[in-house]
Amino acid sequence: MLKILGYPDRYSVAPGEEIAFKISLEEGSHFDARLVRVVHGDANPAGPGLKFRHIATPIDGRHPGKVQRIDAGSYMIVERAPAIAARPFTFFAMIWPTLPERHNQTLISQWGVGAMRGFRIVVHEGRLGIITADGDGVGKVLTANAMLPRQWYSVVVAVDPASGAVSLDQIPMGSYAQTADRDHVEARLDVLPAAIEAPLMIAGTSDGAGGAEFHFDGKIDGPMLCEGLRPAELHKTLREIAPVTPAPKIIARWDFSKEMETTTTIDVGPNQLHGELKQLPTRAMKGWNWTGEEHNWARKPDQYGAIHFHHDDLYDAGWETSVALKIPDDLPSGPYALHVTCGASDETATRESYVPFFVRPPRNRRIKRPDVAFLAPTCSYLAYANHAEHITARGAELQMGRLLQFGHIDLYMYDHPELGGSLYDRHADGSGVAYTSRLRPNLNCAPCYHSWLGGHGSALYQYNADTHLFDWLDHQGIDYDVITDEDLHADGLDLIRDYRVILTGTHPEYHSTFMWDAMKAWIDRGGRLMYLGANGWYWRIAFHQHLPGVFELRRAEDGIRTWEAEPGEYFHSVNGEYGGLWRRIGRAPNVIGGVGFIAQGFDLSSYYRRAPDADNPRAAFIFEGVADEIIGDFGLIGGGAAGIELDCIATHLGSPPNMLRLASSENHTPMIMLVNEEFGVVPPNLGGDLNPRVKADLAFGETPAGGAIFATGSIAWCGSLSHNNYDNNVSRITLNVLRRFLDPELFPTR
Amino acid sequence: MTYKVDPETDRQYIEEFRRRPIGHHSPGLMRLLTVMRQDPSGRQVILVCRKPFREWVLGEMPARRDDPIAIEPGPVFTSREEAEWEVFRRRWQKLTGEAINLPYRE
Repeated sequence: MLKILGYPDRYSVAPGEEIAFKISLEEGSHFDARLVRVVHGDANPAGPGLKFRHIATPIDGRHPGKVQRIDAGSYMIVERAPAIAARPFTFFAMIWPTLPERHNQTLISQWGVGAMRGFRIVVHEGRLGIITADGDGVGKVLTANAMLPRQWYSVVVAVDPASGAVSLDQIPMGSYAQTADRDHVEARLDVLPAAIEAPLMIAGTSDGAGGAEFHFDGKIDGPMLCEGLRPAELHKTLREIAPVTPAPKIIARWDFSKEMETTTTIDVGPNQLHGELKQLPTRAMKGWNWTGEEHNWARKPDQYGAIHFHHDDLYDAGWETSVALKIPDDLPSGPYALHVTCGASDETATRESYVPFFVRPPRNRRIKRPDVAFLAPTCSYLAYANHAEHITARGAELQMGRLLQFGHIDLYMYDHPELGGSLYDRHADGSGVAYTSRLRPNLNCAPCYHSWLGGHGSALYQYNADTHLFDWLDHQGIDYDVITDEDLHADGLDLIRDYRVILTGTHPEYHSTFMWDAMKAWIDRGGRLMYLGANGWYWRIAFHQHLPGVFELRRAEDGIRTWEAEPGEYFHSVNGEYGGLWRRIGRAPNVIGGVGFIAQGFDLSSYYRRAPDADNPRAAFIFEGVADEIIGDFGLIGGGAAGIELDCIATHLGSPPNMLRLASSENHTPMIMLVNEEFGVVPPNLGGDLNPRVKADLAFGETPAGGAIFATGSIAWCGSLSHNNYDNNVSRITLNVLRRFLDPELFPTR
Repeated sequence: MTYKVDPETDRQYIEEFRRRPIGHHSPGLMRLLTVMRQDPSGRQVILVCRKPFREWVLGEMPARRDDPIAIEPGPVFTSREEAEWEVFRRRWQKLTGEAINLPYRE
């Protein structure tokens, strides 16, 4: 089991700036820390082995530590609210419970924790209820019939705090034969709710420590509080007609369709009891009244009045800073990590962690930079943050073609779902995780993490697979900067304008519109792109405009999807853009990288066979010193340079017509299969043993401004760079390309 | 009804798997593995790595995440392939009632 873990407060930091690390210890009271340059994070004895370069800084040495925990679960809070239970009131809402069988879920609460006082309106084992407390005792009234999951209900709870009279109505919007989910209860509370001026919460109850507990799973649409005891029938009028005449005395009426891109919820009632959303519930969710005629929430906001809350939502773990480091002014840009240890590791426990981050170039543009930049795909690292399909998806072994490996990190992840899922995971209620945040431990984004996917052998994926490239650059003595996706999103073209060559990671899959536009503009101005991976520029994402370190994904319409966005929920909440595959808005990966996604599989990799275009004089520089027919029949990722995910040239999708197909892979296993956006009718020959389209293309093409694109078409490529002490045809080809790309001479355009 | 493992038909794939537990497999072995790797109980056999690239043991992930993973103290495997073979043997016995009394390597 993992005994020490942590996260930085940013993934990218410039010299002279401070970065803070939040560390949690599962045992002991101290840990040792040091700064290291990450060179090679692959422990596979078949390769060069782990390589870290210690850099002396003032943080070297021992630091106090402690256990730090995560309080997951989203909710809404109104910090300053009047005492609702001071007089009779009625609560109305439309709800769509997704885990109704869970106990004690809060719809709305005003609750004092010390000596329990106040009220909570709840869903308990599917039944609507109210829980009241007066400081001495706790009372409860529940309906008898359970609500069904994923069905809309009108819920109305009227309470007379003086007499204890209460009525509860749960009215389904749909009706089914042989099903009893409607209920009406009138009762008298045996404990009267104390009237307290305390924060009002929706989908949570104050835990007395600044957080919330008893979260609700599901959607809430149009919650409202009115003065007086109101009949359930009024809800229909209230939700369908506005303004109501004569208006009931509204205490608060939250319209979740307003200020959708923010974390604020607007009370359209007279008291302006605006709320604040915590821990990232999902906005821009279709409401109870969605008709299906409009899919863009911006055009019909009144049909998108729901927020989907989850008890396992997470934005910010909120840990205390354990170590802070001012980055030395002279520290070169590159991949770094805080190495923390709390004892010796053994077969039962790992007592060290590497918390990675990147030092970007100085913000002072006058300082001369290298000609090469590595674009660290931090959006992809975050999309996969704590990727837990090996834990939650029972088809994973079948997909991998081998047993699922659990290291100590995976065992910790199993025990701690509050770490928050990746964009590949589902919430506990089965809905997809649509937001990811870097303000939490990202356990599979680290040196030394060997994944349950990632190809037999080293089994690396994303960050740690990219350390194969860091190692090769180090071995070749290449001076390079590191910029991250988040930097590119924030700074745009200006950040990359002066680099002659940009190297990608092995799997740069997720890009915002700003990132995409900046990269395309750089290519169009003569940039030389070395796309050293595959399945890049695949999903469109949207950064949150108010929460640093958060972006959103809607798995819309098509593509390799581990969950599917609901119909009508394809538009990002944070900026209104249509989500899903870049390919579905006319910007297929091929437009940027020259090649695009064609197949994937996670067991063994294969090799490339030289193609006729390799002999084209335009490609002579690439094959200088490489006469081999077979390329990359070796490597740490699945034993070959072509594997995991594969791209190929497709001019109909936007690959430039002048792309040369230098080599193509072949002889893939049956588990490397065509991706589903590549067929309409499901073919019986999906696997690489029977489908000739399952192949990676090694490709090169010049761009009209005298720049060029080189694409490997394979995630596994970089895993072959170090073979035979870096003396091999994959390494040679990569170096040949890099050297020519660094040469300022323009590539011929005609 | 999906394919039911038939020892008479599928016995021929045992040696193929033993020779190469991971990678290129014949369609017949693929079919057998596809059946073996589905467990409607929701339980999942996993490979627990005790020391990276040196030591593995088997474990079982329960159907409900609230329950703990059970980790076997042994046997301790020194390669992933060796562990694959052990799981194959167990699954074969469960599906057919027959024991495979062959080590991973002679």
